Amino acid sequence: MAYNLKTLTEKEERITGGHRMCAGCGAPIVVRTVLRALKPEDHAVIGVATGCLEVSTCLYPYTAWKDSFIHSAFENAAATVSGAEAAYRALAKVGKVKGTTKFIAFGGDGGTYDIGFQALSGAMERGHDMVYVCYDNEAYMNTGIQRSSSTPKYADTTTSPAGSEIPGKVQFKKDLTMIMAAHNIPYVAQTAPFRNLKDLYEKAEKALYTPGPAFLNVLAPCPRGWRYNTPQLMEIVRLAIETCVWPLYEVIEGKFILNYKPKNKLPVVEYLKPQGRFRHLFTKENEGLLDEIQKEVDRRWNRLLELCGEA
Amino acid sequence: MAIKDKLSGNEAIAVAMRQIDPDVVAAFPITPSTEVPQYFSQFVANGQVHTEFVAVESEHSAMSACIGAEAAGARTMTATSSQGLALMWEMLYIAASLRLPIVMSVINRALSGPINIHNDHSDSMGARDSGWIQLYCENNQEAYDNLIQAIRIAEHKDVQLPVMVCYDGFITSHAVENIELIEDEKVKEFIGEYKPQYSLLDRDNPISMGPLDMPAFYFEHKRAQAEAMKNAKRVILEVAQEFEKLTGRKYGYFEEYKMEDAEVGIVIMNSTAGTAKFVVNELRKQGIKAGLIKLRVFRPFPFEELGKALSHLKAVAIMDKAESFSTAGGPLFTEVRSAMFDYAKDTKAVSYIYGLGGRDVRPDEIMGVYKDLLEIARTGQVKSTFNYLGVRE
Repeated sequence: MAYNLKTLTEKEERITGGHRMCAGCGAPIVVRTVLRALKPEDHAVIGVATGCLEVSTCLYPYTAWKDSFIHSAFENAAATVSGAEAAYRALAKVGKVKGTTKFIAFGGDGGTYDIGFQALSGAMERGHDMVYVCYDNEAYMNTGIQRSSSTPKYADTTTSPAGSEIPGKVQFKKDLTMIMAAHNIPYVAQTAPFRNLKDLYEKAEKALYTPGPAFLNVLAPCPRGWRYNTPQLMEIVRLAIETCVWPLYEVIEGKFILNYKPKNKLPVVEYLKPQGRFRHLFTKENEGLLDEIQKEVDRRWNRLLELCGEA
Repeated sequence: MAIKDKLSGNEAIAVAMRQIDPDVVAAFPITPSTEVPQYFSQFVANGQVHTEFVAVESEHSAMSACIGAEAAGARTMTATSSQGLALMWEMLYIAASLRLPIVMSVINRALSGPINIHNDHSDSMGARDSGWIQLYCENNQEAYDNLIQAIRIAEHKDVQLPVMVCYDGFITSHAVENIELIEDEKVKEFIGEYKPQYSLLDRDNPISMGPLDMPAFYFEHKRAQAEAMKNAKRVILEVAQEFEKLTGRKYGYFEEYKMEDAEVGIVIMNSTAGTAKFVVNELRKQGIKAGLIKLRVFRPFPFEELGKALSHLKAVAIMDKAESFSTAGGPLFTEVRSAMFDYAKDTKAVSYIYGLGGRDVRPDEIMGVYKDLLEIARTGQVKSTFNYLGVRE
């Protein structure tokens, strides 16, 4: 069936309004879209790593989650959900489960690229039938915008501040999607809430209904950390994709597929300019840094084109 | 008819786990507990259990997976030692506060550093305030018996707390001793079917677990958790009574050995109690009224019962196989002495820290402790409250 956002939004929401995520935050859009890809008759067990999403959606005595939800700690969403999935398999053997339950873990980049990386790698390697979704907002936003290994080079964060000697974070962003592809699991995809959410929805559906482990890396801008005007959320995502800073691709059984190739690849400055975290780069003396960023974006893009057979 | 066998502590625990047939076991190897998941995974490979064995990539993930599994309504077990328990630390508190009745064997081993694989109680003693029930075992028989009882205690509706069954690394875990096993069907019948009140897999009643809990509610949740631990005191005895009916083996909060008319005694845990009983027998032959209390239940702490049990002694030595670095005695000493303040005010108490990092504890050394106690009893004077046994100073 052809993708139709209007029809799909008629499906019952699985995360309610009234949660406390910020206006202009990418994460709740990611969550709603991923959960929308569930078949209405399927039940879900959702684990969330400590972070913005967790503290804003499940504040005792309230919960925004209509499915079964568990939060235990920061670094272990993958391990926690893997245990629930093992329980499902064990109880299914003795006829103690009803219907189909899907297992989903959500973590921010801090809980995924950094502190939760080991648990993620372990759970994926073990082959649990679960989907791990990283909502990547490129810093520790819940604690107040500290750099993570996902933070892009030269971004200004509270622990990689732009100063008179050091112009923000000095390292390039870790390429987690590639690392997860190297796990040779059935399904890995990089996506974002782009345009009418088709790419994200369809990848979530594939991830959920491909047996075995799946990993989704989803760009989820943060207005506080990235310092953009909240209504600009979707525009920021579009620019990340049109500049090839965040390419949309998937890896199915080891095969790389490029899902979107910009007709006119925009210069990276178009993406950096509306974001306050890169403001310090737009001075005369920092021009070279913009070139450096452009060069790395091009290098990674060309490498991806090769992997996808599009070079 | 009970089955007579010869098993090491770890073998006995693995056999108990096979008989329990938990839904999920998630574990990571660490000496000296490694054999438990090792033997158990063979039972899985041979189809002798229905368990999903999750061979996780760390102990932190072991406890996290146990939490996920137990929250999903699965009867869940694991085993660890020392650094493994230390790595689980964060998750121990979360398992207890989520009220998940996970049962874990802790094969006691010294904590690093320096790294040491041998026995003391620094690992589980450090976890004493994590909200887990802690049962301690002298030998393989007690480890086996306690593990089976632990399932019932943990899952009791008035308790709903995780349980650690602690026994000494190598001394108990690897030494082969005679043991009496219960028939498989009888174990099954004793533990019963696990029917969790809440479960992530109950699709008709979806729940959210592990919320952010602000000052308006957190305290009440901690208070409820403390009440569950209080309830565990009653349930531990109820389960022990049922277990005695099944096996004839009697369990309480602690074992009193020749305490009735004793004038001096020691309080001790796990395998060294065996050596100390030998010493008590020797002293009794000489007409000395020596006794011993072996603590089985450290959490919940039998404050009143233990305090009262020491009230008729003239002097007692509390023996810790763990250093708390408080400079005021080991953890067992401070808690026992606190109980004595209310219930055994006239009994002199001294602390001995012994056997750290697997240092052998000989009968003559324990004999020395009793001699010190006799001197205290005779003079009414305590020369040294805080002592180390068998260390080069």
